[in-house]
Amino acid sequence: MAEPDPTPPVQRRLRPAAGGRLTSWLVGLLAALLGFALVVQVRSTREDADLSSARTSDLVRILDDLDERSQRLDAEQRQLERTRDELLGGADQRAAARAATRAQLRTLEVLAGTVPVRGPGVVLVVIDPGRVVSAAELLDAVQELRDAGAEAIQVDGVRWVARSYVEDTAQGLAVDGTAINPPYEILAIGPAATLSSSLAIPGGVVESIRERGANTLVEQRQLLLISALKQPVDPQYAQPAQ
Amino acid sequence: MVGVIGLVLGIVLGLLLEPTLPLWLQPYLPIAVVAALDAVFGGVRARLDGIFDDRVFVISFIGNVLVAALVVFLGDQLGVGAQLSTGVVVVLSIRIFANAAAIRRHIFHG
Repeated sequence: MAEPDPTPPVQRRLRPAAGGRLTSWLVGLLAALLGFALVVQVRSTREDADLSSARTSDLVRILDDLDERSQRLDAEQRQLERTRDELLGGADQRAAARAATRAQLRTLEVLAGTVPVRGPGVVLVVIDPGRVVSAAELLDAVQELRDAGAEAIQVDGVRWVARSYVEDTAQGLAVDGTAINPPYEILAIGPAATLSSSLAIPGGVVESIRERGANTLVEQRQLLLISALKQPVDPQYAQPAQ
Repeated sequence: MVGVIGLVLGIVLGLLLEPTLPLWLQPYLPIAVVAALDAVFGGVRARLDGIFDDRVFVISFIGNVLVAALVVFLGDQLGVGAQLSTGVVVVLSIRIFANAAAIRRHIFHG
């Protein structure tokens, strides 16, 4: 306690004589202790960010707070990871679906004849000045080529597709309604050697056309371009049944 | 005079030695320092009043520190350490302010 009051000043003044040097030195020592403790305390407060000097109850509260926060952050992290996985999976699926769709589109475009195609194949020329070759023989030729693996066929400038037909008219042959005139030039893209040998088999296309009195010319090509196109037709009656 | 020299010496020593505070002392030192500061302000006031006594100062200083430490210790044992040390600091601060006011009156009107 600081200088207790009750003793009257007169009495107090008498005391120093009795205290002597020792107490005077003690005062100095205590003051030094205070200064020392002051510096130590200030420094330790500044050094350790309040945790090591905090009380148990405070530490428990701080720990609770941190626990709660870490749980919240954990939950948030899990949610974000899930979202990220979903997004990544979705992107993957979309990319795969897009690739598959593109591949399918390429196939369908070739089949539907909406794009020009090129590749190895054969050229079959039916030289028929007398117009003796009928639609049946021409159809046989196309069927034979298809059977041998032709992927795209063009008959005298008309792209041969799934809906194509050939008919006998008064003026001669017509493919898909377009009149064709001899010599008929049939281009087929596919395995050239197979195509050419399938046409040449005994009793096959070439032979039956020759028997009719026309002539043929078969030629293998490394690179053939089929540039005739067909407009796709929207089906009017047939609907996909599922 | 000896007190001022001692204080300066203690501060310098503290700055030079950079001691680390032992763990068991950590809850008590801040309160002890405040209690000692109260004793020092009381001493300064007594000197200005002309009634300073070395022996009384020593006893009040040590007593102050011990009582403050005891209170904090008791508070820790009872589970109200934080509140009790706040209370001690408040009380001591009020005393320090009162002493500082008396000192100021002495300096400006004495």
